This record gives sequence, structure tokens and C-alpha cells, in this order.
Amino acid sequence: MAREKSSKDNAQALFNSLRSAYAVTPVNLKIIDLYVGFAVFTALIQVVYMATVGSFPFNSFLSGVLSCVGTAVLAVCLRIQVNKENKEFKDLPPERAFADFVLCNLVLHLVIMNFLG
Amino acid sequence: MARSLIGFMVLLLFLSTCEASPIYQPISVCHRSAALVHFSPDHGSFKSLEETYEALRTFDVLGIQKKPNVTATACRLISEAVGSSSSTPKDLFYALKANSVAKCKINDKVFQGIITRLNAAVNDASSLLDFHYSVGGLVLVKSSKPDVHLANADGIFRSVKAFSQGDGKWRYSSNNPESSAFAAGIALETLAGIVSLASSELDQSLVSTLNNDISKLFDSIEKYDNEVLYFDVMLGDGHDHQGPLATTSSIVRGLTAFAALPGNKILGLANFFLGVGVPGDAKDLFNQIDSLACLESNRQGFPLALLMVSIPLILFLPSTVLSLTKKDSLQVKVNTVLGLNPPPLTVKLVGAFTSGSKDASLVESQELGFDAGTGLHNLNNLPKSIDVGSYTFVFEIVLHKPEDEKVYVTGGQKKVPVFVTGLIKIENAEIAILGSDLGSIETQKKLDLAGQSAVSLSANHLRKLRVSFKLTTPHGLAFNPHQVLLKLRHESKVEHLFVVGNSGEQFEIILNFLGLVEKFFYLSGRYDIELTVGDVVMDNSLLRAIGHIELDLPEPPEKAPRPPPQPVDPYSRYGPKAEITHIFKAPEKRPQKELSFAFLGLTFLPLLGFLFGLYRLGVNLKNFPTNTVAATFAVLFHVGIGAVLLLYVFFWLKLDLFQTLKLLGLLGVFLVFVGHRILSYLAATSAKLKSA
Repeated sequence: MAREKSSKDNAQALFNSLRSAYAVTPVNLKIIDLYVGFAVFTALIQVVYMATVGSFPFNSFLSGVLSCVGTAVLAVCLRIQVNKENKEFKDLPPERAFADFVLCNLVLHLVIMNFLG
Repeated sequence: MARSLIGFMVLLLFLSTCEASPIYQPISVCHRSAALVHFSPDHGSFKSLEETYEALRTFDVLGIQKKPNVTATACRLISEAVGSSSSTPKDLFYALKANSVAKCKINDKVFQGIITRLNAAVNDASSLLDFHYSVGGLVLVKSSKPDVHLANADGIFRSVKAFSQGDGKWRYSSNNPESSAFAAGIALETLAGIVSLASSELDQSLVSTLNNDISKLFDSIEKYDNEVLYFDVMLGDGHDHQGPLATTSSIVRGLTAFAALPGNKILGLANFFLGVGVPGDAKDLFNQIDSLACLESNRQGFPLALLMVSIPLILFLPSTVLSLTKKDSLQVKVNTVLGLNPPPLTVKLVGAFTSGSKDASLVESQELGFDAGTGLHNLNNLPKSIDVGSYTFVFEIVLHKPEDEKVYVTGGQKKVPVFVTGLIKIENAEIAILGSDLGSIETQKKLDLAGQSAVSLSANHLRKLRVSFKLTTPHGLAFNPHQVLLKLRHESKVEHLFVVGNSGEQFEIILNFLGLVEKFFYLSGRYDIELTVGDVVMDNSLLRAIGHIELDLPEPPEKAPRPPPQPVDPYSRYGPKAEITHIFKAPEKRPQKELSFAFLGLTFLPLLGFLFGLYRLGVNLKNFPTNTVAATFAVLFHVGIGAVLLLYVFFWLKLDLFQTLKLLGLLGVFLVFVGHRILSYLAATSAKLKSA
């Protein structure tokens, strides 16, 4: 019982520490995280829909899911490059990273639109 | 003009109805209309003197009245030819020949001129045709001027005789080796003319040498059907290819001129010319009519024609099919070849024989009654011994006056095939289905073959089908027609034919289906039954569908023969083909609209969540550049991104990839430029802040 309580307490403590650590992240990173979450959720909804009604226009399903996943991936890349704590990209101006993000997204979506059918 | 055209068309129509008859019939109305059609002058005149002569001679022999303008134009042509000093002997010859028919007036001076010219032509002649025209012309002049003579007749006779080859054929000239029988006729005519023109008697030995040539000519005569004699084009006749009609015609003219036609050959030659029927062109018609006139006429204007030419008499039946039902009577007509009335005579029916049998005659020898009004010899009631069938009747002509026998040739007994038709009685017609036991009758129905009724039967393979009937002739005798057939036709068009056998009058056929199962290809179903009873002497031949039978046959075994494929209508190849039913993939099951819209709404939820989250984070636009230029660029940057996204929407909706890429290129350049400006400005601003 005490162990249960302690594991529950442990989980709670872990969660709280994560929450507090997260609170100090800069706002722009939080925006990016939110964007990633939005993309992933959209993808999930599409998967659930496909599971419900069948994958008939499979190319459409793929392009939808890939659009979400792709843009999430690009957003993650942007977060890595914009994060000041990341020493690797110290010399890269965040505007440049943002420009890359926008460009890659546009190319991704061109391909997606072509594949959408 | 229109009237003559209509008249011409009427003649042509009439001519088309004249058929060639297998029995040799004398000249008839058909020949007259043919003459009018073939010898119709072009604007009243003929193309040449030769054609003028042929037309006039044909009209004269056939007794056709010439139109006055035809004679007038003919006379004009003739007088032109005889008056002109540049006419060739050929022109003079044909002009004089035409004149002998047209009888135009030619004055003495012209005659003298002609005589001089022709005499000169005779002396200058080198080929057979030269001699023919010049001598022939002089002979024609002699009929008006009896004191015309030929000097040196002996020498000229020898010159023409030199053209003979000795085998019956004559050459046209001494340096041309071609020879023909046609030339023989021309030569004989020329030689006869020389004999008649000689001022003193020719050496008889010369004339008698011709007998050899004439007999050689007769050696080459051809025979046909035991009744027809003619001279054919002999082998190696070279370029001068005249047909048998022209060749025989020329020889008849030549021999008649010499009066050397033997009496026994006249009828055969007459049959040849009559057998031609109505010739198809003018030259053939002239040859036919002229030769028949030669055969018929006693005198040709040559003193040598004494008593050798005999007139053939033609016996024929206007109808060789006699119907017992209509009570036709046997009618016989006798005419000369040109269709003129014969001397008083009687026709005797010597005998009647069934075709192909050598039994005794079925009738006694009897005379036929003569009807002076119609010119027909009748036998009003056919003897009782003549039933339906095909017979050969034998006739004989008996002349009343004994002196006519020297002048006319009757040809002895003449055999004529005659068909006697009548109604055949079909009685006791029955159709029955028999059981497998002997004599057991399952179904029996009477057949009404005269009516339209149809019977309907059914049987299986253990049964038999029997069809029986009785056939009798009008005189009550048994009759065996040429065709008595029973046909069974399946619904799939497969047919089977059976011959119905007979014993005497009774005809019967029994089809045992047990033995026929394989022949019928094991096809069960409905079979239509058709009966055919036919013969040429039946007035009531029948081909009737008498009903149908439902046959139940066993299943075909593995190796059973398949029925032969039925002929396909050849034109169905070009007709429409069968409709093709395409097999499409069944469309996928699509979800309901409501479900799809629900999920569409659900997709927007994360977006709303994102926007809510942004609000919670306190996102604001405070960092938006205040600098006007920078602000413009910032705005343009966002507009550019928005434009690209809009382009993508259009790409999905309407555009194709290439159009999109084109526009994307333009927009991209713009976006890159604008983006670079604003982002570099922002970077510069933040760097300044950092360093500050």
C-alpha cells in the first residue's frame, strides 16, 4: 500500500516536475509544440476515419496523413534549429530556419496536393 | 421523231419476247421485227452500200414494206456510186446488187460506163475478191442488158480456178496462203457468174473439174443432232475468221448459183439456218434470211439452175406440251422456211412411242384433220392409250400432187418429243405413328394434301412414322413421279431427306426412329414435315408442309457426331454484332455523407485547439515591424504565402501540374524576394537588440 502510494506519488511528482520544467520553455518553442500537436492530432483523426470507412481512395488518405506528419516533422526541425539551448545551430539565425520551414512546407504541400487526386 | 422512237422501243420490247425455240420453226413475225430493229437507217440512209443492199434484200425477202424515203435515199446512194468515176468495183457491185432489189432507174449511158469499167476491172483483177466484184457486177448488169458478155471467159475461169487449194478451201490471192471455206463460197458464185456470162459454151471439162472441189467441200460438212448440217470454220482459217453462219451462208449462195445443192442436204442446211433463231445483229440476220431465200427459191437467174434446187418443208408443233386437263388437241403446222404456205398436203401421225422405249407404237397410223382457216393439222381427241408422260411422236408429210414431190423436200419421218401432262390423283393420304410392336398404330391421321391443314404428332425414339398415299393418272394407271421426297427439318434448321418408295400405285415410307437416332444427331424437339411430289408431266406437283412432329430422342453419348453447322446468312457479316456487356468493377462502398461531414468537422477540432492554445499562450502581434517598408514587406510575405496556398487549392480543383508549376515559379520568386527582405530585416533588428 505504501509502495502503491509511493508509485502514485512518484508519477505525480514526475508529472509536476515535467510541467514546471516545461513552463520555462520560451513561448516560440511552445507555439511550435502546439503546432506539432495540432498536426499529429489531425493525422490521428484521419487514421480513425480511414479505420471506420475503409481506405478506398488510398492516395487521398496517404496524402492527408503525410501532410500532417510531414509538417509536424518540419516543425520539429524548426524547433531544433530555433532552440537557443541547442549548441549545434548556434550560428543559424532563427529567421533563416523559419524561411527553410516555410519553403519546405510549400514544397511538401505541392507534392501532397498532386497526390491528393 | 418521238413517234419513230416509241415505235422502235415497242419493236425492241416485242423482240425481247421472241425466244429461240428448240424445234426448228420457220421465219416468223419475230424475224420481221428484228429486221426493222437491226436495219433501222440513220436519218433515212444506211452507212454503206453493202449495208443498204443487205437491208433492202432482207426487207424484200421478209415482205416488209419499205418506207418511201428509204427507197429514195437508197436510189440516191446507188446513182451516186454508179455515176462516180472513182467508185471501186466493190462499190459498183453492191450498188448494182442493191439496185436489183430497189429497181431504181439508171440510164443507158451510165450502164455503158459501168460495163466498161467492170470489164477493165476483170482484166486487171488479181485477187479472188477482185474477180468476185467485177464478175458479179457484170452478171447483175446482164439482167437489164442481156447482151453483156465476158471476153476470154476461159482464161478468167482458169484464173479463178487457180485459187482452189483442192481440199475444198480456196485462197483469196496467189501470194497469201490463207484459205477458207468462206472463200470457197465466193469462188463458186464467181465461177457460176463467169459461166453465165460466157459468149460461147465453156469447155465442159473445165466445169466438171469443179465437181471435185465441191465434193471435197461436202466432205467437210458438219452434222449435229442428226438433223442439222452446216459448214464450220475449218482449222487454220487464218485471219478471215467468219463464223459458221457466214461460212455456210456463203457456200449456200455459191452452190445455189451453180445449182449444185443435193436435195438430201437441203433440209439439214435449212434446219441449221432456222436453228439460229432470231440473230442478234444485222449481218447475221442478212446471212440467215438470204440463205433461206436461196434454199427456197427455184431460180437464181442462172441458166444452169435447172431443177436441182428443192424447197424444204418444215413441220413443227406450235406447242409440244399437251394438257389432258385442258383437253388440248395435237396441232401440227407445215410451212416453207420463209413461213409461206405449203402445197396441198396431209400430215400423218405414224406412231407414238414412250420416250426411251423401243416398244410398239401406242397409236395406230392416222391422218390429221386440216383446218384451212388456221392452217393447222389437228388431232382433236388424243387416243385413250396416251396417258400422262413424255412421248416421241412420229409424223410424215404426204403431198397431194405427185409433181410437187420433185419440187419440195419433206425429209421423211420426223420425230418430235411431246409431253402430255395431266392431273395426278392423290388419294388415301395418311400419316401415322406406329408402336414398337408389329402393326400397332398409336396415332393415325388423314392428310388433306390439297388444303392447308397441318397435323401435329409426337413420338419418341421407340416409335415409327409412316406416311402413305396412292397416286393414279387420269386414265387410272399407276404413276411413278420423278420426285417423291419426305423432309424432316429440326428447329435448328438441320434437315433430313428421305425418298418415298412405292409398289405400283401405293407409296409408303416408314421411318424407324430407333435406327435414325444417330442420323438425327440425337436432336430432340420439333421437326417440321414436308412432302414433295413432283414430275414434269404433273399438272399439280406439290411441295407442302404437312405438319410437325415432336420427337423425343435420348441424350447423345460422349462421342456422338455433332450436327453440321448450318450455313450462316452471308450478309449477316455486315450487320450489327451482338451487344457487348461490359463488366465493370463494382464501385467501392462509400461511407454515408453524414459520417464524412462529421469527420470533416472533427478534423477542424485540432485547429481550433491550436488557436485556443495560442490564445492561452498570449500570442500577440506586438513584434510586427512598425517601419512602413518593413511592414509592407511583412504583409506581402504573408500575402505571398497565402497566394501559394490558394494556388494549391486551385491546383486541386482545376489546374494541372504544369500550369501550377508555372505559376508557382512566379509566385515563388516573388515570395523568396519578399521573404528574404523581411526576414533579413528581422534578423538585423534582433541582432541589433542582442548586441545592444
